[in-house]
Amino acid sequence: MSTAFADSKTRSSNWSAGSGALVDLREMSLRFAKQTVLNEINLSIPRGQTVAIIGESGCGKTMLLKTIAGLIQPTSGQMLYDGVDTQSLNDRDMTRLRQKFGFVFQNAALFDSMTIGQNVAFPLVQHSLASEHEVERIVLDRLAEVGLPESVIPKRPSQLSGGMRKRVGIARALVLEPELMLYDEPTTGLDPIMSDVINELMLSTGKNKGVTSIIVTHDMKSAKKVADRVVMLYPYSRLNRGENQILFDGTPDQLDVVKDKRVRQFVEGEAGERLMEMRRGPIGGFSETPMLADTVAAKHHEERKK
Amino acid sequence: MREPSLGQALYDWVSTWGELVVETLTTLGDMAVFAWHTLLWMFTTKPCKGTVMSNFYYVGVLSLPVVALTGTFIGMVLAVQSYEQFKAIGLESKLGAMINMGLVRELGPVLAATMLSGRVGSAMAAVLGTMRVTEQIDALISMGANPIHYLVVPRFLACLLLIPALTIMADFMGIVGGYFFSTVVLDIDHYQYLNNSRSFVRGWDFFMGIFKSFFFGAIIAIVSCYRGFHCQPGAEGVGRAATTAFVYSFVLILAVDLMLNIFLDATHSAIWEKSAKLI
Repeated sequence: MSTAFADSKTRSSNWSAGSGALVDLREMSLRFAKQTVLNEINLSIPRGQTVAIIGESGCGKTMLLKTIAGLIQPTSGQMLYDGVDTQSLNDRDMTRLRQKFGFVFQNAALFDSMTIGQNVAFPLVQHSLASEHEVERIVLDRLAEVGLPESVIPKRPSQLSGGMRKRVGIARALVLEPELMLYDEPTTGLDPIMSDVINELMLSTGKNKGVTSIIVTHDMKSAKKVADRVVMLYPYSRLNRGENQILFDGTPDQLDVVKDKRVRQFVEGEAGERLMEMRRGPIGGFSETPMLADTVAAKHHEERKK
Repeated sequence: MREPSLGQALYDWVSTWGELVVETLTTLGDMAVFAWHTLLWMFTTKPCKGTVMSNFYYVGVLSLPVVALTGTFIGMVLAVQSYEQFKAIGLESKLGAMINMGLVRELGPVLAATMLSGRVGSAMAAVLGTMRVTEQIDALISMGANPIHYLVVPRFLACLLLIPALTIMADFMGIVGGYFFSTVVLDIDHYQYLNNSRSFVRGWDFFMGIFKSFFFGAIIAIVSCYRGFHCQPGAEGVGRAATTAFVYSFVLILAVDLMLNIFLDATHSAIWEKSAKLI
């Protein structure tokens, strides 16, 4: 795929050329007061594709995901879902459209006041889509799909481990059989084994059910394993003038041969010039704690030597 | 360091106050829009299944003991505070009139509202604030539920409809507490105490207290839910939401109380004085 090496201005436009895309972001920007989070993002995601959005903390990945889900309104530009501009929809239509989305939140966002069973059943009950008996069956099926036993149904979210909560979050998001799954850092804070379990779940959801998935993650192993396509966002404030905020848009394999230093640094997990910034102070804001910056730099240097 | 010039100091003063005024007006405007959306959802869509009864139980039933207890003490405190002054002018037998009038017109509703705001309002702000911080409100929206319809309307209904009951309880327990203390401890004659109370306290006084309580209930629900919905991230944000919910509700309750008192007294004069003249 040549997109990974395309000119930054045209990057991200070649995957599906807009038409026929399930999700199509056009010149979409998001600003809070004077701070620009997303700047003129163009991104087309065809039906059935699994896209991993990577990038450092604060670059706007989660905001992008929430804007796609309609939880945040973009400042300018368009978000088209299956050709329909979501900003033109009224509340009722938007609510109907959201039934086609499944959102898995970073910390699962399960309702504390409900049991696991009630959490998973919530979308069905809310929209009165099934009888009581059917709801029970669907909840059991979904929990079984994510590998959770029936015994978790009467428990409260606080009684489950982080990995189990994430799986309940996935079960709840899948309950309405969505067309589009949105995952916000699904493997963050989990042990490697549980992370792999979640990866497998995302893979099976994408492949077996033909669901289009957008995964926001820092976890390169997860991105490479699950995604058909990787998109890297870069913080707007750190970009050079006129540069596109999407630094990379290509297949996971292309990540290994990419020449952009910033992409390579992220993929390989190297601090690079950030340590110098921390020492310098004003930009990083660590001027009062030179010891901290020195300690980090020294540690990093030692590890590199090893 | 150089002292700032007079112009600079004046500029700073004006900009600080200006910012505060703009912020306050924006918050009030936001709150009004929030209240409008709540009313729209309340009148256009049935409340969500299973959310109403739990809120009614939490707001009404669980608040009863604390409201009853504080009402009783306030009745007794009023008796203790006023007894010496009334005795000095030989009007101790009229103590009941003063206690009961004060309770049903003012202290009952304000006390019930204060207790509700402290016990329920802060908890509402903390719960909704935590839901906001932990993305549970976003989760609701992402699953096609409207958070105002699902979270605010049941709480609003519970506060609006149950605060009159709590006010009646505070009135009743205050009257009982005041009567008990005056007759048993201060040894005031039962007959005179009750007779004077009956001749001074009228139906209109009861109506005033109950009427005002509806407004107080609405204020508590709207302010507390609004603070919860606009909670800042982190534990400090949730704590601040809970505290400001109580402070804002209390200040608004007192301000609205004053305005309603003026309005209701004027209404009373207009209706009854006119009728008296006609007779």
